[in-house]
Amino acid sequence: MAEPRKSDDSMDATPNVTEVATADAVTVDDSVAAIEATVERGEPILQVRNLVKHFPLTQGVLFKKQVGAVKAVDGISFDLYQGETLGIVGESGCGKSTVAKLLMTLEKATAGEVFFKGQDITRLSGRALKAVRRNIQMVFQDPYTSLNPRMTVGDIIGEPFDIHPEVAPKGDRRRRVQELLDVVGLNPEYINRYPHQFSGGQRQRIGIARGLALNPEVIICDEPVSALDVSVQAQVINLMEKLQDEFNLSYIFIAHDLSIVRHISDRVGVMYLGKMAEIGTDTQIYDHPTHPYTQALLSAVPVPDPEAREGRERIILSGDVPSPANPPSGCRFRTRCWKAQDKCATEVPLLAVPERFKGTGGHAAHESACHFAEEKDVVHAA
Amino acid sequence: MLLDVRDLRVEFRTRDGVARAVNGVSYAVDAGETLAVLGESGSGKSVAAQAVMGILDTPPGRITGGEVLFRGRDLLRLKEERRRRIRGAEMAMIFQDALSALNPVLDVGSQLGEMFVVHRGMSRGQARARAVELMDRVGIPAARERAGDYPHQFSGGMRQRVMIAMALALEPALIIADEPTTALDVTVQAQVMELLARLRRELDMALILITHDLGVVAEAADRIAVMYAGRIVETAPVHAVHRAAAHPYTRALLDSVPRLDRKGRELYAIRGLPPNPLRVPPGCAFHPRCPVARDICRTDEPPLYEAGEGRRSACHFWRETLDG
Repeated sequence: MAEPRKSDDSMDATPNVTEVATADAVTVDDSVAAIEATVERGEPILQVRNLVKHFPLTQGVLFKKQVGAVKAVDGISFDLYQGETLGIVGESGCGKSTVAKLLMTLEKATAGEVFFKGQDITRLSGRALKAVRRNIQMVFQDPYTSLNPRMTVGDIIGEPFDIHPEVAPKGDRRRRVQELLDVVGLNPEYINRYPHQFSGGQRQRIGIARGLALNPEVIICDEPVSALDVSVQAQVINLMEKLQDEFNLSYIFIAHDLSIVRHISDRVGVMYLGKMAEIGTDTQIYDHPTHPYTQALLSAVPVPDPEAREGRERIILSGDVPSPANPPSGCRFRTRCWKAQDKCATEVPLLAVPERFKGTGGHAAHESACHFAEEKDVVHAA
Repeated sequence: MLLDVRDLRVEFRTRDGVARAVNGVSYAVDAGETLAVLGESGSGKSVAAQAVMGILDTPPGRITGGEVLFRGRDLLRLKEERRRRIRGAEMAMIFQDALSALNPVLDVGSQLGEMFVVHRGMSRGQARARAVELMDRVGIPAARERAGDYPHQFSGGMRQRVMIAMALALEPALIIADEPTTALDVTVQAQVMELLARLRRELDMALILITHDLGVVAEAADRIAVMYAGRIVETAPVHAVHRAAAHPYTRALLDSVPRLDRKGRELYAIRGLPPNPLRVPPGCAFHPRCPVARDICRTDEPPLYEAGEGRRSACHFWRETLDG
């Protein structure tokens, strides 16, 4: 069903490989796992460059005049490698779902490029766009509203074949749908049932089967398990990991639950107000964060271990996220940051490996958009 | 003992039959204590709380048995008028969704002030002043100006603060918070949980925290009661549960959540689904999903066994489960 995994070791476009080489004593196993994950990575399948999406704010009824813009995504760059999972985390309004829509070409980018295997998909239209869309599919958050209640499961999963008939010839469709049901762990005999006859977790499996129907290479998952109960979440997460190995899928996994993102992701990007604050491997971001926002975000997550609650440092941010229509000048996080200085109001910090960590080979040497980047462990008890 | 719920039973009559949403739930809360009630959707955790609070919709709901002893009085036997006087003044509730729990056409100052007018017989002016004081206390900036704002003009976190202010207005002895931070972003959740903890300490209130989040439980609670299919399957001090669970369901829940502080292997997935409340399995309701179930579990409903260290477990094999 899918191409064999590419093990293209000659392409050394992965600087992170060397950066995770020094394992620290606490998380030896984890670091080894991280190294394995990064070494297996092939070439980038998606390259996002300076992606921008502004939604215009207008005034007046007849003569609409643009009075401003909601800067939902404001210059974001990252790569997605073949076979990896890139987690994107951030609070509501940070632009993570808009990124998903831009990658799906459901929204038109205001500026910037998205290269899928070297081809800029933001400029495509017509047949070429349709061909690319086959390769980038999506799994939605809410399995209750994302499935049409009047269609049978067979019709829902088979609908992509109507749009891309070349993938499955007409006579073959029923068999393909049953195969997909089996792949996601549902009984193939359920093909004629309706969505309401399934539980939330089963519905999410149907959504995943639909996402897999066209043999895509990239799947964008926008909060795929946040509507599910804890005991069912684990089933769906395990299924997604299994499918990734089986079909060599690349995932963009968007979620607000930082624990789940750590579990499933090879690399993680942290967004704040339309910008990427920090990006790195899961060990770099969770155990060695250098951006104050990442540190605040991580420290706010309750850990299910009462022994840890005394020993952990908590950073309680004051205030709310500013409006993306009128973001602060300079660093967007400065209005809530305890480290902010004059420089932060005037100079936009670039997403890059901070000068002081360059060449150190430590976990702190990863991209972070802060003038005063500093390593701080907020997840583990002191 | 501030609140002692004994063998509470709630049913819902539906077209498809009788759903026993709460099926013999007992829990107790001491003054100043925080009890977390943990459960998945449909476990009956919210319905039980609504019955305790006296805000259950009847019909379709019906309390078919049990006692709710609050300061020694059985609330279920009181007249609605007496209960209404207790509600708000002695026990109060915080809901998940502040936007639908607050009145959209009244400014928040009036809504908060109403508590003092109705329960304390204050004048509008006095009540307004107290409302502003309260808003200040829960950390709403520029309280005096914002008292004239309507709920939709507040952010999610600020709205939740308004609701906490309302629950605290009359300094009740018990607060029931039903998923108070589930709708909030994590940095805002941390703010709200810290506020709740501080106020609870200052006013020495007891708190029943209804949640599905094991992390929130570990951070905030003294004791935990785990619910499954309308029953309590385990109660224990929080520290004890996280060391070792005495019920296979609790243990499975703990194993199925990914951890922030370490990269795990494959997650433990509980097989199957939570039962339909119309068709709860006989014997132990968890047996179809339980890795250690034996014949007795299919036929005999386990009582809440005393399992030492202040814990109780509704598992025939609690001893083995504890030993791992």
